[in-house]
Amino acid sequence: MPMDSRLLHDLKKLLGPRGVLHEPEDLMLYEYDGSVEVARPDCVVFPRATAEVVEIVRLASRHKVPLVGRGTGTGLSGGAIARHGGIITSFARMNRIVEIDAENQRATVQPGVVNSDLSVAVEHLGLHFAPDPSSQKACTIGGNVSENSGGPHTLAYGVTVNHVLSLEIVLPSGELMRLGSPALDPPGYDLTGLFVGSEGTFGLVTEITVKLTRNPEAVKTLLAVFDSVDDATETVAEITARGITPAACEMLDGWTIRAVEDYVHAGFPLDCAAILLIEVDGLREVAEAEAKDVADVCALHHAREVRVARDARERDLLWKGRKNAFGAAGRLAPSYYTQDGVIPRTKLPATLRRIGEISKKYGLQIGNVFHAGDGNLHPIILFDERNEQQFRDTIRAGDEIIEFCIQMGGSITGEHGVGMEKDRLMPLLFSEADLDLMRRVRDVFNPTGMLNPGKILPISKGCGEIYVRPRPALAPPSA
Amino acid sequence: MNVSNAMVLSRLAELAGPSHVTNDPAEIATYQIDGKSPAAVVRPASSEEVAEIVKFAAAEKLAIVPTGARTKLGIGMPPRKFDLALDMTRMDRIVAYDPGDLTLSVEPGIPLHKIAGTLAEHRQFLPLAVPFMDRATAGGTIASGVDSPLRQIYGTARDFVLGMEFITGEGIAAKSGGRVVKNVAGYDMHKLMIGALGTLGVITKVNFRTFPLPRAARTCVATFRGPTAACEFRHGIARSALRPQSVEILAAGAGCDPLLGRRAAVSFEDDRWSVVVSFAGDEPVLDRTRRELQGLARGMNQNSLESFTELRANLAENVNRYIADLPAAILEYSPAAAIFKVSALPMDMAGLAADIHGIEVPWLVMMRGLGVTYLALLPPDRSEGSLRVLKQECARIFSLSERAPWGRSVLLWCPSELKREINVWGAPSGDFAQMQKLKSVFDPSGILSPGRFMGGL
Repeated sequence: MPMDSRLLHDLKKLLGPRGVLHEPEDLMLYEYDGSVEVARPDCVVFPRATAEVVEIVRLASRHKVPLVGRGTGTGLSGGAIARHGGIITSFARMNRIVEIDAENQRATVQPGVVNSDLSVAVEHLGLHFAPDPSSQKACTIGGNVSENSGGPHTLAYGVTVNHVLSLEIVLPSGELMRLGSPALDPPGYDLTGLFVGSEGTFGLVTEITVKLTRNPEAVKTLLAVFDSVDDATETVAEITARGITPAACEMLDGWTIRAVEDYVHAGFPLDCAAILLIEVDGLREVAEAEAKDVADVCALHHAREVRVARDARERDLLWKGRKNAFGAAGRLAPSYYTQDGVIPRTKLPATLRRIGEISKKYGLQIGNVFHAGDGNLHPIILFDERNEQQFRDTIRAGDEIIEFCIQMGGSITGEHGVGMEKDRLMPLLFSEADLDLMRRVRDVFNPTGMLNPGKILPISKGCGEIYVRPRPALAPPSA
Repeated sequence: MNVSNAMVLSRLAELAGPSHVTNDPAEIATYQIDGKSPAAVVRPASSEEVAEIVKFAAAEKLAIVPTGARTKLGIGMPPRKFDLALDMTRMDRIVAYDPGDLTLSVEPGIPLHKIAGTLAEHRQFLPLAVPFMDRATAGGTIASGVDSPLRQIYGTARDFVLGMEFITGEGIAAKSGGRVVKNVAGYDMHKLMIGALGTLGVITKVNFRTFPLPRAARTCVATFRGPTAACEFRHGIARSALRPQSVEILAAGAGCDPLLGRRAAVSFEDDRWSVVVSFAGDEPVLDRTRRELQGLARGMNQNSLESFTELRANLAENVNRYIADLPAAILEYSPAAAIFKVSALPMDMAGLAADIHGIEVPWLVMMRGLGVTYLALLPPDRSEGSLRVLKQECARIFSLSERAPWGRSVLLWCPSELKREINVWGAPSGDFAQMQKLKSVFDPSGILSPGRFMGGL
């Protein structure tokens, strides 16, 4: 259905012709994010300032058109996809670092600032922004706020919400509002804490004040190589038992290692069953002592080899191997589906065995890359989307992994978000009463459901989703 | 109560058992909030009982205030209406503890010291060194939103509460979050419960992330002349590679009992500003931290360093416990004390300290290294004259707080008399309208701790 020409006219008047995309060939780029979901927006707009965002929201509201915020579209649960069409608001042009307050360890940024750009901008001050998703060189801080993103170093430093102090938001009514404050513990309910992770269903974020973290004096990155997955998982358990909280503790299984090595040449051995990438940091003395303890634990659990990165270059290479695992998988199949289950970390061995069974059952290759330290799994399921049966099996296999995670006392998503990928799985975790209350909480901010409809909460009777215009997940691009 | 007392009592007795309901005047008096007693006290034993009681209360429009060890009922405004105290202390179980996963689930009525005992067996702990920690319950600690000196490194409940179960004002059992350390499924409604004084729901279960106990810890005290050098020392630590467990700046004005300082191993005389720093780790880390702290302290301008000492191990433990408990100690010493919590940025601390100097009643200040500041005004007695001066000073601090760059203030504790004329929350914030709407979602009939929170919520 073409967009109301008056709305399009108004948007162009507001943003200029270069600020609005609406031709099908332009919109195709915005059908996707990093997930397997697809849906076509009716137009994409590029505001330059908060005042323009307010006007966009007002226009969308008046025309009763869904509105979806978008950073760089690296999300992994369909959060930035216009599930029911409408307007995508891209924050690509709102990418200014507004203020760096080094002494108070704060920064205020526009939502389109790329995650790692902030860390680069404050590096000379000895500071960084702690949340570090694998996509940090592309993803935006606005997107991180929406999804409450994590990353390898959240094991010690926490996820996005632990680093966000204040937000400027635009509500569907067009009202501009500030939540939280740069100082700690502002009085009142913690609306900032509630808002972070609301996946664009509460409001559009136009400014973010975050904490900056002091760079550690020393960092030690260890690569431990194992001939058995169980040895690797037991190593993780014992590190915890010894009271060590590494800055990061990542695991890759043999298949993934080979895929990555072929692509990145990180120096991972090709014939092993698993590697652990463990990082400890802090004062020189702390990093050294903990690195030694960690190496001892690895040896105790039959690590074939423990290598400590000698310098920043080697460290970066090891991390490059880890952070490009998904890209590497992408070279081996037309498509891949990354899951994001969470389990209590002591349940790692059982869960990996179960994933192996599921892989066999459907005849699908599943690689395992995960944040072992906090039990956040990212099984990568390879498939060919042109094979409809395989696509369905892939989704089913993903669901079965998630169901097992829930049985283990875990969660359906650790850092990727619910989006349009897992809304249907929410009832496995939450009762109808929980979901109903969440719905009413959303309605406080977004009473008409115009913001990012069809996300997080499953559609149920009596629900106020008014913009239902479902599109098939694998719709061919229309002419 | 707007229904006959007998009917209410008999229904509550059905719901919680007759021995767990009382309207005995002596007993209900111990549940007073700012001089207001409930009509009855009920002690549920399960989440189901809580749900039934709240449903009944909602139907009968009875106002409920959930209570734990009742150490922090002085925080907030008195309830507009107070029919039932919902005493949660029978719900005091550890529901699950998985040391290997660093997760803990507890019922709200469990005392913190009991949690500490269990966790210590596995060399773990919860970084909740909060006021009244010898008696306080987990639920009360979370609902009151008190913080701890250990936030310097571990953050606050906002950072390590993984999920919660609660009963809404309609008696509906709901939950959010989970029991794993990383989870982004659904809206984090439990974040709203932290510090909400029970105005949005009755907490029935809290899931925590636990932490490994540090192997060893030490404490040093650096004392400076004047606040500037003390704040500079704090900034120096923040700029260094050191990662202390806590950094607390302590000082007091004339007339404050020196004993309050002596128990924190600091002197309150002659504009002395002391910084108590705790740090943990192995011997080499401890040695280096001590050395560098001393170097930083000595490097302050104008030779303003008065003394630098490391405390003996036993003393250090007592001092840290005392500092964490300081608001409680102040209230015990001076029940008419008014204690502000100021949300300041670190770089505004010195300005705040300068403004404090003008206060005309004896005062004591404790500034956490991250900026959050506790300012206690200590009137000599509870006489009408003293309270009048206290009220004037409190009003002055509120108005300063609105204009000064150092941020918003809440009057966390003060004599009941002051609450008749002062709203302890200050003016509602810009996002208050959303808070009001959330309140009406969680508690549509307004029976949960009505009027206790900001803006009369």
